[in-house]
Amino acid sequence: MASFVVRRLLQSIAVMLAVGLLAFMMFRFVGDPVNQMVGIETTPEQREALRVKLGLRDPIYEQFGRFIWKAVQFDFGISYQFKQPVSQMLASRLPATLELSIVSAIMAVLIGIPMGVYTGLRRHSWLSKIFLTVSLIGVSLPSFLIGILLIFVFAVQLGWLPSFGRGRVVDLGFWTTGLLTLSGLKALIMPAFTLALFQLTLIMRLVRAEMLEVLRTDYIKFARARGLSKRAVNFGHALKNTLVPVITITGLQFGTVIAFAIITETVFQWPGMGLLFLQSVQNVDIPIMAAYLLLIAFLFVLINMIVDILYYVVDPRLRTERGLAV
Amino acid sequence: MAQQDLPAGGQGGVVRGRGALLADRLRRALGSDVVFSFKQSKVTMVAALITLIMVAGAILAPWIAPHNPFDLSTISLLDARVPPVWAEDGDPRFLLGTDDQGRDMLSTIMYGARLSLLVGFASVLFAATLGITLGLVSGYLGGALDSVIMRIADVQLTFPAILIALLIDGVAHALLGVSSKEDSAFYVLVFSIGLSFWVQYARTVRGSTMVEKNKEYVQAARIIGVPPVLIMIKHVLPNVTGPVLVIATINLAVAIILEATLSFLGVGIPITQPSLGTLIRVGQDFLFSGEWWITIFPGIALAALALAVNLLGDWLRDVLNPKLR
Repeated sequence: MASFVVRRLLQSIAVMLAVGLLAFMMFRFVGDPVNQMVGIETTPEQREALRVKLGLRDPIYEQFGRFIWKAVQFDFGISYQFKQPVSQMLASRLPATLELSIVSAIMAVLIGIPMGVYTGLRRHSWLSKIFLTVSLIGVSLPSFLIGILLIFVFAVQLGWLPSFGRGRVVDLGFWTTGLLTLSGLKALIMPAFTLALFQLTLIMRLVRAEMLEVLRTDYIKFARARGLSKRAVNFGHALKNTLVPVITITGLQFGTVIAFAIITETVFQWPGMGLLFLQSVQNVDIPIMAAYLLLIAFLFVLINMIVDILYYVVDPRLRTERGLAV
Repeated sequence: MAQQDLPAGGQGGVVRGRGALLADRLRRALGSDVVFSFKQSKVTMVAALITLIMVAGAILAPWIAPHNPFDLSTISLLDARVPPVWAEDGDPRFLLGTDDQGRDMLSTIMYGARLSLLVGFASVLFAATLGITLGLVSGYLGGALDSVIMRIADVQLTFPAILIALLIDGVAHALLGVSSKEDSAFYVLVFSIGLSFWVQYARTVRGSTMVEKNKEYVQAARIIGVPPVLIMIKHVLPNVTGPVLVIATINLAVAIILEATLSFLGVGIPITQPSLGTLIRVGQDFLFSGEWWITIFPGIALAALALAVNLLGDWLRDVLNPKLR
């Protein structure tokens, strides 16, 4: 067990170092950091002096080491465009993105699982067919289009919901939240739904497929033969056994949700990290791009590692297989 | 081009045979499972029809579009923001209305779809070429090269394609300089979308290559001294490309959506030669002033195209892979 965790940890660190190298190379070789800092009148000598002062003339591996050491301490340098520390900018935008992602993940689970169970149990009812068709559309339509359609209907035509921004937010000092005000909640509905839709369809299809699979197994037949109520069989036995893969996929997908938030945040002008990242791509603001890349990579690696270790804890078969393979 | 997309034409891709042989091939192709299942599924037929119409409309745009949206002498700002024909202030010259610069929406959409499809095809082609090459090399040669390629694939697979495409796009523009954005946008887009898709091809091809390379015909080729590169290209490649076709079809839909998304986010195709995504982005600003057609019609076109290609891809996967049925 311990050796597996250590091995997995080392693997994750290796991946992070690789991503760090990528971010460093972007930082160091894409564009000239000095050019971004000085004006046109700066003489070549002054530029050279600045280069030496910034350590850009040191050996590359030393620079890389320094970059990683700073990144570990959440120091990503100063944004070219905004002239502010990148870590501060990201931190101020983090609550907006996390609130949006978490609410949409909860939405996807709360709507997706019942829909999946229903379509799994009543395979041939017309409602199931509607659910499946809608889910197909949900998967194939680009999410920005769904966002625009929602804005068109609910903001422009009906005027029920605001079309952009977070509404009124409450500042808790370390965190700003829109969940405590009515306008904040209203502003959250459409972006969260847009972001949730893809995951929702995924969860629904997964639960449906798993339910169909589980309902065919012997222990379900046995449970029925024992005369248990339909409710007990369907929900107590079948649903419970479908939930493990659902939880895994939802967990693994959480990184994707945060990445997809870039699109949703743009459509609804939601002031989160994704919007900041997109602006940095448009303006070639490398420090922000590098920092966002590292942050997202860290999140992905962390989630993957936790899921892997949990698997290992939960499923004893994996232990023997891994043991044999190594 | 569009003709070959039909399953009936797919088998007759090689037009080497003379009359009788061709007729025989055609008859065999028409009697195949693929055509049978195509006729069985109404949804697939509708999807194929929509795809065909849109592809034809896009390819033939310069000849059949009612206006040329890029010919500045024919567009007039006086015609700007004309609603569709059926609305009160509609103008019979503009079936779907005009945008803020007085360009006919229908023509602009046709030209936009042309660009969207072009980017889609080009990036799938690029991804497939790269992925197949790396997969072949990786599977056939094995060793350290194999593990390096596959580790890169593993890492890339954990990140969503949109993020990778955005990053590559940003870096490419930074390297090329912002000033060259207009000329290079197309290539940068193809490059970044293609580079975010190669992993699937590489993994699939690598897997089947590892199976094929131990078969007798490959061993025989090796014994008579055929060089490894030739074995890979002439012997292994034809036997591992089957599943690639399915991935490519499904990827085409994803690539079209990805292109639209990137263009919508403002890092894709510029406004001067708009693709569907760019049109939607530009039109979004007019949504609030009531000029809904500027963004909704390109949106519908994109939705129809993506949905139809997606359905075709799903159908093709089911037909070519009976295990999934």
